[in-house]
This record gives sequence, C-alpha cells and structure tokens, in this order.
Amino acid sequence: MQEKDFNTSYEPSWCPGCGNFGIFIALKNALVELGLKPDNVLLVAGIGCSGNGVNFLKAYGWHSLHGRALPTAVGAKLANQNMTVIVMAGDGDSYGEGMAHFIHAVRGNANITYITHDNSLYSLTTGQSAPTTDKGTRTKSTPDGLIEVRANPMSLALSAGGGFVSRGFSGQADHLTSLIKKAINHEGFSLVDVFQPCVTFNKINTFKYYLDRLYNLDEQSNYKANNLEAAHKEALVWGNKIPYGLFYQDKRRSYGDHLPQLKGQPLAKRPVKVRNIDQLTREFA
Amino acid sequence: MQNKNNLTWKIAGEAGFGIKSAGMMFGKIFMRAGYEIFDFTEYPSLIRGGHNTYQLVVDTRPVNSVFKKNDILVALNQNTIKQNLAELNSGGALIYDSDKVKVSPAKLKNDHVQNIGIPLTSIAKEAGGELMRNVVALGATMYLVGQKLTIANKVVKETFSKKGKKIVDNNLKALKAGYDFVKENSKDEFMCQLPTLAAKDNIFITANESMALGAVAGGLGFYAAYPMTPSSSILHYLAKIASKTGLVVKHAEDEISVANMALGASHMGARSMVATSGGGFALMTETLGLMGLTETPMVLINVQRGGPATGLPTWTEQADLQFMLHAAQGDFPRIVMAPGDAGEAFEMGHQALNWADMYQAPVLILSDKLIGEGNTTVPRFNTKNVKINRGKILTQAQLSKIKEYGRYKVTPDGISPRALPGMKGGLFIANSDEHDAYGFSNEDSQNRIDQVDKRYRKLDQFRKIMPKPLIYGNPKAKKTVVFWGSNKGVVLDSYVALPDKIKSKIRIMQYQYLWPFDADFTKKILDSSKDILLIENNPNGQLANLIAQETGIMIENKLLKYDGRPFFREEIISALKKL
Repeated sequence: MQEKDFNTSYEPSWCPGCGNFGIFIALKNALVELGLKPDNVLLVAGIGCSGNGVNFLKAYGWHSLHGRALPTAVGAKLANQNMTVIVMAGDGDSYGEGMAHFIHAVRGNANITYITHDNSLYSLTTGQSAPTTDKGTRTKSTPDGLIEVRANPMSLALSAGGGFVSRGFSGQADHLTSLIKKAINHEGFSLVDVFQPCVTFNKINTFKYYLDRLYNLDEQSNYKANNLEAAHKEALVWGNKIPYGLFYQDKRRSYGDHLPQLKGQPLAKRPVKVRNIDQLTREFA
Repeated sequence: MQNKNNLTWKIAGEAGFGIKSAGMMFGKIFMRAGYEIFDFTEYPSLIRGGHNTYQLVVDTRPVNSVFKKNDILVALNQNTIKQNLAELNSGGALIYDSDKVKVSPAKLKNDHVQNIGIPLTSIAKEAGGELMRNVVALGATMYLVGQKLTIANKVVKETFSKKGKKIVDNNLKALKAGYDFVKENSKDEFMCQLPTLAAKDNIFITANESMALGAVAGGLGFYAAYPMTPSSSILHYLAKIASKTGLVVKHAEDEISVANMALGASHMGARSMVATSGGGFALMTETLGLMGLTETPMVLINVQRGGPATGLPTWTEQADLQFMLHAAQGDFPRIVMAPGDAGEAFEMGHQALNWADMYQAPVLILSDKLIGEGNTTVPRFNTKNVKINRGKILTQAQLSKIKEYGRYKVTPDGISPRALPGMKGGLFIANSDEHDAYGFSNEDSQNRIDQVDKRYRKLDQFRKIMPKPLIYGNPKAKKTVVFWGSNKGVVLDSYVALPDKIKSKIRIMQYQYLWPFDADFTKKILDSSKDILLIENNPNGQLANLIAQETGIMIENKLLKYDGRPFFREEIISALKKL
C-alpha cells in the first residue's frame, strides 16, 4: 500500500494552501504505515470543508449530518470491531453542534479515532465565529467581537475522562502522522485536535501564528503523558506559547471491551438467524 | 352471589404504595387460572405521591380494552374515595383500609355498593409490615371472587423470591390474612363466582415487550435508546436480556445520538432499532432523513403519549400519525405501521426488520401508551411466522463478481445491492449529500432525478406485497367503523358485546399500514358504505385527513378523544349502537 492507494478519482476541492491538505497527507501516511487497507477502514466525516474529504479518501465512507459524526462512528465500531473507524470533523461540528456527543463519546471510550480540523472558524459557511474562536474576534456573525470565551478541547476531553488526548498541527505533517498512528493504535477513544489554518477566511490563526507559538510536548524530556495533573496544566496554556503533541494517555478499557456479547466474531458479520425465544417468553407466563 | 364472565378490579393510592406490583400479581394469578386479562394504569409523572390507579379487566374471552366502571375498587387512601368511588358499578364492592379511610355507610348503601372495610394497615403490620397492605387487599379480593389461594400463593412467592425468604413468608401471611378476614367477617359479601377454566399457554405482556421480543426473534443486533415514557420498558427489557441474547443495547446521551448510533451499526450490517416517544422522535427527525438518503435500514418505534412538547407524559394519545408521515425535510420513502395489540406488536417487531432490510429504508412503528404499557394476555409467542429476509445484501462471492460496484446504482426496482463495510471491493460512501451511484457527492440535475426516482421505486415494490387493511364484522355491511392502532381492543371488544342484530350491520376496518397508503382498498370499502364512523385518540382525526388526502373521501362522523384517557368500552358500545 502506498499513499496514493488511498486517493479516489476525486480531486480535493479545498482552497490552495488549505490546512486540510496537511491532515489529509498525514492521515494517508499513517494508514499506509500501519498497513491498513481501504476495505478495512471506515471514515466517518462531519459536514464542512473537512467532511468533504470523505470524497477524496479511498475507504468505506460515511458522510454524516452536521455534528453527528461521533455517535454514528460509535455505533459502527460496536457493530464491527474489526474495522478501523476514524472520524473527521471540523471545530464547529465537533465543539458546536456536536459538543454533547463529543463529551459523551470521550466518556464512553469506544475504540475510535477523532481527528478534528480546528481552524477556529466556520469556513464553509464563509467565516462565522466557532467555539474555538478567541474572545473578542470580529467575524461575520460577531461584527462587534465575540463575547463567549474559547472552548478548550484539551481540557474538556481530559475532564470527561479522555484516555488519549492530543493536539497536532497541519503544518507539521510528519509529527501529525506519528500522532495519528498512536491514536489509531490506542485501544479506546483517541482525540487528535489539529490546528488547521483556513487560508481564505481566518487572517489571525495562520500558519505563522502557530509556528511562532507552538512547542512540542513530545520533545520535552520532563513531560510524561501518563500524568493527568500535568496534562490538565498544559491544557490551560494559551497565548504566546501553545503546547501540542500527546497531552495524556491511559489504559482505560474501551466500551466494546466491556461487552461480553462482542467477544468473537463482529456483531455485523454474524449470520442473522431466527432466535429461539422460548425461554424468554416463559418469563411472562 | 352472582355468576360472572368478566370482572373489573381497580386498586388506587399513592405512588409507592405497591399499586403496580399488586396489579401485576393480580394479572398473573388470573392468567394462570385460565382467564384473559387487560390492564390499564393511570399515574402522574412522579416517583412518590400523586394518585395512581391500576385497573384490570378479567374475562373468559380475550380482552383488550378497559371499562369506565369497576366491579371492585380497592382504596388504599382517602383520595381514592374522592376520585374513584363514582366509578363503581351498582352492586360492586368497595374494599378500603378502615384504619385510614373514612366512608359513609349510608351513601354506600344508597349507591348499592358493598361496604368491605378491612383494617389493611393493622393486618399488614401484624404480618410484618405496613407496605403489604396491597397484598392483604389482594387476598381479600381472592375470597370475594371465589378463587382459592393456591395460584396466588405461587405468584406471591415468585414475585418476592429475590427479596429473601422472610419477605416471601410475610407476604404469604398477609395474603392469607386478607383472605381470612373477609371469609370470617362476611355475611353474603361473597361477591361473584367466575367460571372455572382450564389453564392456557398464555403470557401476560405489554406491546412494548412484545415488540422487543419480536425484534429479538427476528435477529435484532443493535438497539439504542434514551429513556422516555412510555417507551422506556423496551429499553429496560432489551438491556436486561442483552448479554444472554448477544444483543448490543446502548443508552446514549440523547435521541439524536441514539438514531445516529443505530444508523452506524446498521451501516455495518447489524439489524438495528430505536424506540422513543414523540419528543424523542422529534429529535431524531433529521437523522430519519439521513436514513432515507443513505438507504440504510432502520426500525424506529414511537410509543405515543399526549403531546405536544412534554404534554401528558404518562397518558395515551394517537396524535403523532401525521408527524410520522411527514417528519424530516425533503421527500423520501418510508414505511409506517401501527400495531393494534401486543400480538400484532410481536409480529411487527420482526416484520419491520425485514421490511427495513428489503427496502433499505426507515420503517416506523407507531404504538401508544395504552398498549405499550398495558399488559394483556396473549397466546405465548413462537417463531413459526418469523422469517429472516435481509433483502439484497451481497455475499463476498457475489460482490467479487461485480466489476465496478456502485452501492447506489440505479436499478429497475430501485433497490441497489448492498455491500457491507469490510467487504473486499465494495467501497462506497454513505453520503448525506445527494450522491451518485458510488456515493460521491453529486449535484447534477439528471443524477438528482435518477436517485430520487430510484429511491421512490422501492416503495412501489413494497406496495405490491403490503398487507391490506383488516376487515372485521360483516364484510358486506354498509356501516363502516374505521380505526388504527390501539383502538383495536376497544372497538372489537365492544363489537362482540353488541346484540347480533346490530352486529350484522357493521363492518370494521383497521389500518395496520398507514404508509404507503392503500387508497384503492380504502375507496372500495368507503364508497360502498352508507355510514362511516372514524375513531381516533386525537383532536382532528389524523387518519381521516390522510384518507381525505389520498382518496378525496371526507369522513364527517368522527369520534375523537384527546384527554389522555383511552376510549372506555361504554363509550364505544354507545357509539356503535347509534351508528
């Protein structure tokens, strides 16, 4: 398998220079390096520029409703644990319309990987504020400046019991590739929130903005990703310096691992037969 | 003393008094003695307090409806006298807790009500605890209706066995003490004698549990839900049996998640189902459209309660029909069916899974509180009629022979062979955007038309095999009664009770399938009717509107009820006599 084996006949429709390309390449590289085949991958996409990527990545695809990619992916994974299930959604999808699903999917810890395309803006709808837009930012929907404070996906995920909480940057595809690989290999819910500059509508959170601020937790010898307290502390760092990399990882059992009925053949692959209900009906006699 | 073929018993008091457990025991005792039962609970949306009632109709023939009037009323508190005494039949009996409830003997005498005061509290305390007042009253009832305690002892034992021997023994003591009290103190209060019947192979079950059992028999793999009265007992039942039947049951964070989770599981190939009530269904509507557009099979159950908004959470209504027909933006095919009773609910539970797979579309089952939470006796279910038909799901061998597989290829019957994720060579996108044959987003004019038409052709296929509305009574009669859903019980039970002369002039039409709508059959029946009576539990006659839309026939004579209560048999008998 090579990276090009994950291309479809469709040319990506993203703007030239879009941060999505970096994520797209990193994802494909990760799939190749993990030896995965398109037939064994389910890509669940949200609605937005990132979601359109479902047309460009060769795999089984599910193009969800806005905000609803996560529950679909959880159901799919429980029904077929042999499939690698990856969710791609934007920051509006993940932390706006789908915020409740995000928190509960983290709590539930189904074995799926969540790659959020976080450009701090609603871009496909031409530039309104997003949950991850900084307070005070003027956008089409907040011409006088955003009143709400920025949602913090790292802190939220850690507080909800996240077992794999990480942040990537689409300007660093090699690092992102290794992060996505770790996330896919993690036996449980893995979050990879990716800074993904929108070159058309976001004039603040640019590639340069991130390059000037980012420092890599993975390269810090004194940072241990199994320390929840340290992860909470780093998650709160924001401003002139912004951390990225793997904030936290633990070994909490996945949702499906708790279900004895999922041992053996995947649910969806078992032959559907008429069940014997004789004993069940006797309980009502 | 009189001989009777049916008996209506009602117990009432506050939530927490054990009303429900007394009712369930009563039902099981009489079922095992060979009788048919239907029960009906009234309760507010509260955990403690409020006024709860549990009514059971015992009959020698199948019964699926309730009466306004009762033969025996058990009053565990004063409020019951105020609320329910007027519902006692003349000649009926009032059992009340004379330790706590005051009645006017003169008034009871005047109303021809037998005055059966029992110190339920004292007797229960002596047996081991005041909470057992319900069981003392149950014992008293057994004597009044001429039943021995043999079966009752067994049912009480089973009911409390999980709580340990001491609790079982105390309850048995309480049951006998209640029985003995009436026996020793009665003059001629021995109220009636029901005929002795041979035990049948019946079960005592709600339509909620029946539908769940039907789906389990039919190979259900994945069930998701968020608790919502009156649908929650489906979740409770399936969660309880999940690990032993190999079923995955997920209580998700909201109904939007529920619908999408089940959709994800169905996409992978598991037979999937969700259930909720109107409010939860409202949250699922966008996803309903996604089911339609991605052609992913799904069974959705709406156990209706009084709406709109929070409405009447614990009461019954049939006001979601038009909503189910139209829910979600855009046009796409769906199947809407409505069971009339627990037996039909069982059959629909497995049939709906087949329809969903065969037509790759959402199948909506519209039930309601009355049958969803009401227990009834039905012959024990078996799987004789349960067949699995998964429609056009490809095997790997079939898929491997297809050169350029397209999940949404336009086909003459509109049904496109389905590959499941994980198969080799079956890649496709299940796309919430309009898409081409492979699932890629596509906004071309011709593609759009082809895909919309293709999806609708599936419904034409279903029309060919869709069961017709059911006809009861005299099929040639000119007076036609039209109903759907849970009114089956009260309409048919009332019909049976009519004099033959009236019966012969009536035919009854029940819609089990509401969409697609059988306009030809409807026209044939209604055009040949002189008088039409439509019976529905909603304020505008939603089925009447559907019939008008599909056939142009306007039904003027509508019997509508929307106070949250089901039709009582007295009301329907009177309406049928007037027809």
